[in-house]
Amino acid sequence: MNGILSLTIFSPLIGVAAILVLRAFGAPAQKAQTENTAKWVALIVSLFTLALSVLLVAKFDPSQSGFQFTEDFNWFAGIHYRMGVDGISVLFVLLTAFLLPLCLVASWRSIENRVLEYLIAFLVLEVLVIGVFCALDLIVFYLFFEGQLVPMFLIIGVWGGKNRVYAAYKFFLYTLLGSVLMLAAILAMASIAKTTSIPELLTYHFDPKLQILLWLAFFASFAVKMPMWPVHTWLPDAHVEAPTAGSVILAGILLKMGGYGFLRFSLPMFPDASRYFTPLVFTLSVIAIIYTSLVAFRQVDIKKLIAYSSVAHMGFVTMGIFSGNAQGVQGAIFQMLSHGVISGALFLCVGVVYDRMHTREIAFYGGLTDRMPWYAATFMLFTMGNVGLPGTSGFVGEILTMTGAYHASTWTVIFAASGVIFSAVYALTLYRRVMFGEITNPKLATISDLNWREVAVFAPLIFGTLWLGLQPGVVFDVTAASVDKLVDAYKLIGG
Amino acid sequence: MTPQLIVTVLVLAPLLGAIVAGLFGRRIGNVASQAVTTGLLFLACALAWTTFASVIWGGWGHFTVELAPFINVGAFHSDWAIRIDSLSAVMLIVVTSVSALVHLYSWGYMADDDSRPRFFAYLSLFTFAMLALVTAADFMQLFFGWEGVGLASYLLIGFWYKKPTASAAAIKAFVVNRVGDFGFALGIMTTFWMFGSVRFADIFPAVAAHAGQTWTFAGHYWAAMDLACSLLFVGAMGKSAQFFLHTWLPDAMEGPTPVSALIHAATMVTAGVYMVCLLSPMFEYAPVARQIVTGVGAVTALFAATVGLAQNDIKRVIAYSTCSQLGYMFIAAGVGAYQGAMFHLFTHAFFKALLFLGAGSVIMGMHHEQDMRNMGALWKKLPITYVVMLIGTIAITGVGLPGLELGFAGFYSKDAIIDAAFAAGSHNNSTAYFAFVISVIAAGLTSFYSWRLIFMTFHGHAKWGAAAATHGVHGDAEPSHDAHAHDDHAHDDHGHGHDHTPHESPWVMLLPLLALAVGAVFAGKVFVEQFVGEGRAEFWRGAIFNGASNHVLDNLHVLPAWVVWAPLTVTAIGFVLAWYVYIAKEGMGAAIAARRGPLWTFLYNKWFFDELYDATFVRGAKALGDLFWKGGDQRLIDGLGPNGVAAVSALIGRRTGKMQTGYVYHYAFVMLLGVAGLLSFALYAWSK
Repeated sequence: MNGILSLTIFSPLIGVAAILVLRAFGAPAQKAQTENTAKWVALIVSLFTLALSVLLVAKFDPSQSGFQFTEDFNWFAGIHYRMGVDGISVLFVLLTAFLLPLCLVASWRSIENRVLEYLIAFLVLEVLVIGVFCALDLIVFYLFFEGQLVPMFLIIGVWGGKNRVYAAYKFFLYTLLGSVLMLAAILAMASIAKTTSIPELLTYHFDPKLQILLWLAFFASFAVKMPMWPVHTWLPDAHVEAPTAGSVILAGILLKMGGYGFLRFSLPMFPDASRYFTPLVFTLSVIAIIYTSLVAFRQVDIKKLIAYSSVAHMGFVTMGIFSGNAQGVQGAIFQMLSHGVISGALFLCVGVVYDRMHTREIAFYGGLTDRMPWYAATFMLFTMGNVGLPGTSGFVGEILTMTGAYHASTWTVIFAASGVIFSAVYALTLYRRVMFGEITNPKLATISDLNWREVAVFAPLIFGTLWLGLQPGVVFDVTAASVDKLVDAYKLIGG
Repeated sequence: MTPQLIVTVLVLAPLLGAIVAGLFGRRIGNVASQAVTTGLLFLACALAWTTFASVIWGGWGHFTVELAPFINVGAFHSDWAIRIDSLSAVMLIVVTSVSALVHLYSWGYMADDDSRPRFFAYLSLFTFAMLALVTAADFMQLFFGWEGVGLASYLLIGFWYKKPTASAAAIKAFVVNRVGDFGFALGIMTTFWMFGSVRFADIFPAVAAHAGQTWTFAGHYWAAMDLACSLLFVGAMGKSAQFFLHTWLPDAMEGPTPVSALIHAATMVTAGVYMVCLLSPMFEYAPVARQIVTGVGAVTALFAATVGLAQNDIKRVIAYSTCSQLGYMFIAAGVGAYQGAMFHLFTHAFFKALLFLGAGSVIMGMHHEQDMRNMGALWKKLPITYVVMLIGTIAITGVGLPGLELGFAGFYSKDAIIDAAFAAGSHNNSTAYFAFVISVIAAGLTSFYSWRLIFMTFHGHAKWGAAAATHGVHGDAEPSHDAHAHDDHAHDDHGHGHDHTPHESPWVMLLPLLALAVGAVFAGKVFVEQFVGEGRAEFWRGAIFNGASNHVLDNLHVLPAWVVWAPLTVTAIGFVLAWYVYIAKEGMGAAIAARRGPLWTFLYNKWFFDELYDATFVRGAKALGDLFWKGGDQRLIDGLGPNGVAAVSALIGRRTGKMQTGYVYHYAFVMLLGVAGLLSFALYAWSK
């Protein structure tokens, strides 16, 4: 299976190349036809990538805790192109490849200008995101990690809404803050450990005092990415301005790179510092859960509400990771995967009514259930996933992260568990205001239910939410060995 | 069929019905949806009685079917399973019997509704979740069923989604239950870290070894079992609408009446009682937690009964009655008479479902009128409904002759609870004695409000039809206040074009009523020996645990005569008072209401709980949300963060007049400077 990993990572570039050819040779008179061809090319290529990543997971040996499908060759100046996946990262590759075709189908009709460039941006984004999860070299990781900002910045800035410039600016500013510090830390690590290889660094023991600085530098970057309170305010703006598919990728995958970073770097490489800062992380997590849930409750824009709820849900992830035990870490990984599916689906739900009415204002809507019964059922399912109803994937992550954190700090869990109450408040209130009651707005009188294209987008997400919710073992079977190794080492060193 | 297969089919049959009616209901039509769900429910019911008989009297014994793994992380191990023992077998027959009858009844009650497939799908979904709850073998499946019934309850309360009050009540039910589940989840986690498992089969045998331990929680030391059980009980308080967390139950009456009968009377709200009984091996080692259970149960029993005295909506009276009766069940569980709690749960399911479905028959006969002040003299028009309601009332008030040991269902179960409270109270348990006193008082109140309902509805002068012209004479205290209480179907073409004379309901509704009436009469007499009497050891077979020092049920036979006769006495007083106020001096009740005395106002407004919660929690959450959003996010974080940086750099830009290239370039430049600075620092500091 040599090379399958690189093939998976770079396979979207086939689509990029094909679309560039279309762009160069397509007749301007047949623009619509060219665009249509390009959409199909992008979709087929992204499905090919999905097939490859399914193959990757199928061939993955879950009994081994180390990296698999590793590739390593000397790139330049001692920097190695090192790639590989373990139980922690391999499912994020699958999640990315799973969501991308859905994004393309969801934006089939809603994007009208610069369609080819839009498709290219998404395919390039896919390459870079998968690369982040596979990189086993600090420098390569950094390149992918920062590189994905460019297509995302463009997706918001070019295809976004009215205030897209402000949103893109905020997004850039926050992210920049983290990047600078992380780069400095990476260079420092390289100069001290004399290697940039992640597998080697995982066994390297940094001086505890140094760990503090390095931890803080990485933390700045990952905390922005998650995002954690108080560096979260870029997210609602970015979501509101981003096109629907952009929000799906942003909430579904990009946020997860923060959590992944904590698991890949902070916990195993700086265990002493991680222990030292655990109270801080717990505090920020709890604030995120309660504070942003209450803020979500008061929103008047559907997308902003869901964006704030994402911040609250990410609070459970950081809490679970830093609890440092199997339940907490497994729960955090599960919560990230589950949130990828559910929040992606919720943003797509917003997209359905936005495509029809071109507004996200909650007060505009009301009584949609009458006209859109299938949409009502779909939105209800994901709302229940969002509030963590057992049977949906949202529950498993929440209960496990809380169980994990209970062992470390009962106060943390008491506050976090109260977030479960608030999530019901804002999610059900949103649903009621949009879906229940009589239709009073005459513009809604002819709104149509889901079409087949939308059903095709939602069906895999519904399946994923329920399957993960009822059979969470499919995730834990893959992650168990790697997480156990991580947790055992963490207990040994830090404890 | 093997026992394993039978119980698997039994649990999954309602789920199948829900899926068929929910996904394909529009395609296969109303009748097919109703037939599939109802048919599968009757199948489940037949299998449940088979299971019950085979477990209790046959040779099945107690067993667990493990279907598939659920959450499995380290020691945290849970399965999808079906746990069959005497306790779950009792619940199986209660749930499936009432559910099957309610499905049938709904053929008539929901006949005018054009969303019937959805309604029947929700009913069957509820039944499945409830069966998953009662057959759980670990805390995770218990929690799955627990929140699953909550979802079904939410969907059914808000079934008429166009009604704003219905969707508001649905959210309230879900959120208040979430408050309970907050405690429940903490209890589960506490139990997990205490025992290293969430499976009952691992936990129960290990309880005795943990009995004396202390546990750190929220910065304090607690007696381990007391802490775990108290937290778990918070969940029970939410689900079973106990004091402080009761506010959702009366509002839940916004749902269609069959829902009230099935979910908000007979089954779901009793899940909390069931949970405490199931966890009796833990509660037996948690004396403080049991005091809490007893105290909360007693306060609820009294509180709800007093509020029930002053309500005019026929369903709300029964709802408060349910709340009060659940309090009785918790009193029993708290004093250690878990068998008595289960017995009352069992008999209550029959007579309370009967009362609710009877009320539904009245509401339908009255063309969607729920205000009892507009009823009266209905017994001639709805004779069968009248008779079964009478039976239900006699059953709930616990009429029977202690000397002869002969009475209706409630007589056996309620008296067992009152007696158990006294028996425990006479052994230095002051909470139990308090509960005993309360439960006797509440029995009198129960009698009053139950007979008040019968008299206002079926007797006295008719306040409908031609007689309604004289409406004002009887002094409607507040006609507009209860205007929302009408059970109006969203599309009420019913009633137009034909006269408004009350009419008896169709047979498809009366048959379930008659079946439940049989249970309300005989369920006590037939099962008293098995549930709480001499046969109880053989009946429960260890499914309920009583500690070595717990003799409360043995002491029921050696009580003073005044204790035995007290409930019947207060019941008679309540009856006579109700008769005096609503029959002998008809109009007196309305006159008391019209006077609006402080006590009446207090009771009529349900002790002002809704107002209190609205002023504190609802407004508080809104204010905090606004504060965090506009003050925290917008002013503080954005003001000092990105917008502040932008403002400062714009200022610097203006001052120096050199950097006018746009924000992004500013920061790219700053970034480079920063990187360089940090790099030099890093190399300097650590390369030594």
